[in-house]
Amino acid sequence: MPLVRLRGPLKQLAGDRSEHALDGDSVGALLVALEREHPATSGWILDERGALRRHINVFVNGELGAQDTPVAPDDRIDVLPALSGGR
Amino acid sequence: MTELLAGTKKGLFVLEGEPGAPFEVTARAFAGEPVEYALRDPRSGRVLASVTSPFYGPKIFYADDPAGEWEQADGVELPPGGEIALERIWVLVPGERAGTIYAGGDPGVLLESRDGGATFELNRALWEQPTRDRWQPGAGGLCLHSIVPWPGEPDRLALGISAAGVWLTDDGGATWRRGNEGIVARYLPEDPPTDEVALCVHQLKRAPTRPERIFMQFHGGVYRSDDAGDTWIDIADGLPSDFGFPLALDPADPDSAYLIPLVADIDRVTPEGRVRVYETRDAGASWTPRGDGLPSADAYLTVLRGAMDQVGAGESLELYFGATSGAIFGSGDAGATWFDVAANLPPVHSLSAAPRS
Repeated sequence: MPLVRLRGPLKQLAGDRSEHALDGDSVGALLVALEREHPATSGWILDERGALRRHINVFVNGELGAQDTPVAPDDRIDVLPALSGGR
Repeated sequence: MTELLAGTKKGLFVLEGEPGAPFEVTARAFAGEPVEYALRDPRSGRVLASVTSPFYGPKIFYADDPAGEWEQADGVELPPGGEIALERIWVLVPGERAGTIYAGGDPGVLLESRDGGATFELNRALWEQPTRDRWQPGAGGLCLHSIVPWPGEPDRLALGISAAGVWLTDDGGATWRRGNEGIVARYLPEDPPTDEVALCVHQLKRAPTRPERIFMQFHGGVYRSDDAGDTWIDIADGLPSDFGFPLALDPADPDSAYLIPLVADIDRVTPEGRVRVYETRDAGASWTPRGDGLPSADAYLTVLRGAMDQVGAGESLELYFGATSGAIFGSGDAGATWFDVAANLPPVHSLSAAPRS
């Protein structure tokens, strides 16, 4: 299964665990699966519309991705705060 | 002892002290995060804070001890699966009913908690207002920033929205009506439609001992209503400017109001490089500048709408306000003299004051 990797507050909300093997064939599907497994993350990465928050970046195997980026079973997905959100 | 909760661009600061000397910072929470507003509920002692992380979105947190663990409130969102997301929570206000906390936010939404702030629910009647598509965001967004309960009557509320005017309910938020008669907006054509809603209210405060009286700081105008918000009369004559954001009242005197004029909407700083609070004790018929102890030269401060509050009443009225410069000022004698509370905080978004034993 693809591996979703979290840091900082997202890691804490997800059971204080940084790596999560989740079932899904796109970044968006993995993030929904993460919310299902760890409800405390709801609203932190995806907003109530189901959209990726503006200043959250997702990287698939190190490359910047998006919600609809397909993922394969061996992929790793890093969810990180974006530089653009710093103020 | 007085406690100040300062919501700043870089976290929540808790300050404690006695009037007349700088306060001590006793706690900081949400370091690095914008804290829009914080409140200690006088009924429960619980502290609530609205935090708008640029990364993770708007949240409300609560704690019994602001230096301790915070819990996230549930339900702080718009209807899931819609086209709009919640942008920010501007203000938190205790309601008149036990356990009720109201939250006002962007895009012009009211949320209500009946359990002291642990869970919130969207007010649907306001959310589904047919005129909503004509509401216009101000510079800070489409913000519901003023929530004004009626002492002893939990079903009566007045709201201020920038820019959607005044909204009133007498049935606990089941239905809403507008209360804008008499307000003149200089940023609109001279003859706006009678049902114009794009009215940029900056702040509302109700006189607790005469609750049908509400004071308003408008986007170019200062008004008073003596009929619970249905109609408004201009009381800006005598002020150096009718533009500004915050308002405070002396709870003991329904004829009192304090505000901080700024030059204009295109120059949002204190006029003539002097910081002055203007006081009325005759319901706006006249205004007196109060600046003894405040910066009087080369001081161009901006004070935002939530960044002024009071504690106590009458001769022992304490007033506090914070600026985007990071300075907080206070008065322990109803504005007659002022002292420095703090000098070097991050930009102050909001301030709420409470007595502490």
